[in-house]
Amino acid sequence: MNPLRGLTAIVYKEFLHARRDSMAIMFSLLMPLIQMTILGAAIDTNVRQIPTVVFDQSGPISGSADSRVLLDRLRNTDTFHIVQLVHSDQELNEALVAGQARVGIKIPYDYARRLLAGDTAQVLVLVDGSDSSVAGQAINVAAQVGLRESLARMIPNARALVVDVRPKMMFNPDSRSPNFFLPGLMAVLLLFVTTMLTAFSVVREKERGTLEQLLVTPVRPLALMLGKITPYFVLGVTEMCAILFFMRYLFQVPIHGSPVLLVALSTCYLFVNLTIGILVSTKANSQTEALQLAMMTVLPSIFLSGYIFPRDNMPLIFQGISYLVPASYMINITRGVILRGADLPELWPDALALFMMGVCILLLAARRFTRMIV
Amino acid sequence: MTAIRTTDLTRRFGTFTAVDGVNLTVEPGEIFGFLGPNGSGKTTVIKMLCGLLPMSEGNAWVDGIDVRQHPDLVRTRIGYMSQKFALYDDLTVLENLRFYGKVYGLHGPTLHTRIESMIESSHIGPYVTRFAGRLSGGWKQRLALACAMLHDPLILYLDEPTAGIDPVARRQLWDLLFQLSGRGITFFVTTHYMDEAERCSHLAYIYHGKVIADGTPTALRALPDVTPPDTHRYEITVDETTQALALLRTWPGVRSATIFGRSIHTLLEQSLSAEALSTRLQEAGMVVEEVRSLLPSLEDVFVELTLRRQRELEALGAPK
Ligand SMILES: Nc1ncnc2c1ncn2[C@@H]1O[C@H](COP(=O)(O)OP(=O)(O)OP(=O)(O)O)[C@@H](O)[C@H]1O
Ligand SMILES: [Mg+2]
Repeated sequence: MNPLRGLTAIVYKEFLHARRDSMAIMFSLLMPLIQMTILGAAIDTNVRQIPTVVFDQSGPISGSADSRVLLDRLRNTDTFHIVQLVHSDQELNEALVAGQARVGIKIPYDYARRLLAGDTAQVLVLVDGSDSSVAGQAINVAAQVGLRESLARMIPNARALVVDVRPKMMFNPDSRSPNFFLPGLMAVLLLFVTTMLTAFSVVREKERGTLEQLLVTPVRPLALMLGKITPYFVLGVTEMCAILFFMRYLFQVPIHGSPVLLVALSTCYLFVNLTIGILVSTKANSQTEALQLAMMTVLPSIFLSGYIFPRDNMPLIFQGISYLVPASYMINITRGVILRGADLPELWPDALALFMMGVCILLLAARRFTRMIV
Repeated sequence: MTAIRTTDLTRRFGTFTAVDGVNLTVEPGEIFGFLGPNGSGKTTVIKMLCGLLPMSEGNAWVDGIDVRQHPDLVRTRIGYMSQKFALYDDLTVLENLRFYGKVYGLHGPTLHTRIESMIESSHIGPYVTRFAGRLSGGWKQRLALACAMLHDPLILYLDEPTAGIDPVARRQLWDLLFQLSGRGITFFVTTHYMDEAERCSHLAYIYHGKVIADGTPTALRALPDVTPPDTHRYEITVDETTQALALLRTWPGVRSATIFGRSIHTLLEQSLSAEALSTRLQEAGMVVEEVRSLLPSLEDVFVELTLRRQRELEALGAPK
């Protein structure tokens, strides 16, 4: 028997539902855009102007000439923002504990004298480790400033460094954070819309008893599932285009590759998420249950996909799991196309992986569906 | 070929047996009435016959097809109207009909004519553009029936199709059932209405998951269990029915007594004659208008069978 029997009927009905429920559809289209706008405006992962307190013992009131040179250099990096000068170890400590400052710099009383004598002068840099990216940046920059200061004093006449290492960000030259995290966020936002909506759409039918009425008809499980997916697929593609548009024109993120290719490849991602939604709905019996189950798939996707933490730094086992997370591939694709200008030859394996996942999940869901009936 | 046949059909939910070894045979063109108190297992049987619920034990054949092995073949031959309204509230009447037609593979002019004829027979014409969720209960029932019959099924399961619909609509529905059964369509109908039971060509009565009576209405009335050989059934018309009932129930020789409108239906043992009874009632100060011999009604049949079965179950339970 035709495995897609009843498909057109289901699609017809689903589009009618979608039209009747246009408010909800609009809402689910707008929500991700609003979230993206808020996050895009609020989040800056580049660390600048870290609030810093200084306890300079090296001179009577405002330190010594040497210490002022050092502090100026630190200030000039744009990394440190000196918010306060304190006059005791205790105050220095309190400022850090109270969170008024993230970095405390202590220049001891013998700083200038030791420099003059050609001894090693010490500078204490206390770093609040509660935010690892801030701490990392503070330590790096402080060490670098120290090194340069030392070199300048050891080789006073050198006009240039002997070895000059100049790092350059290749694909995100201004190292603007939206350029980096919006392509990832795109994958996460799409995840919500697609997984939840499909899961709800089947579970709602279970709750109302209409699924039962549907299951006595000769409609085939595969047709039922594909029919349920179709409108949300269209919705997902629309959403994808809208997000892309917002990203390009509101946040000025340059797209180095082909937007058409990006949309085409992300259809595979949409497909996987939709099938996950269906799978969730075969298990859940109420919308609350569906929400919980969907969350169980959404949260690991956010954390294991490399959206927040780079996959390469994860413990091996989580790296392994991250290969099972569709968002990993999607983030590869979006960052690839948007930031690196990657093309089909580099990206087809990711798209293929997504597509295969989708097919497997769909077949699994179809089997569960069939068992649910008889 | 029989339309529906089951052998030892059983369904358990955990340790609870909802349907217990049911054997039924339904012939084509029959209107098969499936009766039983709330929770006796009627809906569960229907769901198993539709392939919606797996059977725990036993087998079922619908139009000669094994439901266990080919549920998909069964589905093309049946229509099912569930007890609970199960159409799409946010679709209009017409859209619901169109959708169900399409699901069964109807399209183009065929779909159109089928929908037209369903609208005509269910009289739902004035409401076609209304959302199904906004229909009144009775119209919802009619729409559900129309959707279940749209694809011209051989066998129709109707789970309490007339619950909540008005007498005129009920009459129209039954007229329709008779008309269709004349064309060879089989109906498997559950109901709690005795007048509907009277109209069925075949009845089965299920109690606690077991079928305890099965036959034509006439055969059921003549069951010896209902009117034992040494008893008689009478209808007594009396001015003070409630007082008379209270009295009757205290007298030896009165097996059972129930009020029916302005009269009392009673089952008397041979030892107590109708004349003796009427004299004793008059002695108690009541005006006895009429006493006449009576065939048991279907309600009598089911009440009697239920009470018997209850006593049997209690007797079984007592030694434990
Ligand atoms: N899914 C289920 N899980 C557990 N028990 C169930 C389930 N479905 C039905 N039952 C139980 O099986 C018994 C028979 O239920 P069923 O719905 O078949 O009764 P019914 O004869 O249709 O009653 P009614 O006249 O009220 O519609 C009931 O006791 C019910 O609680
Ligand atoms: Mg029922």
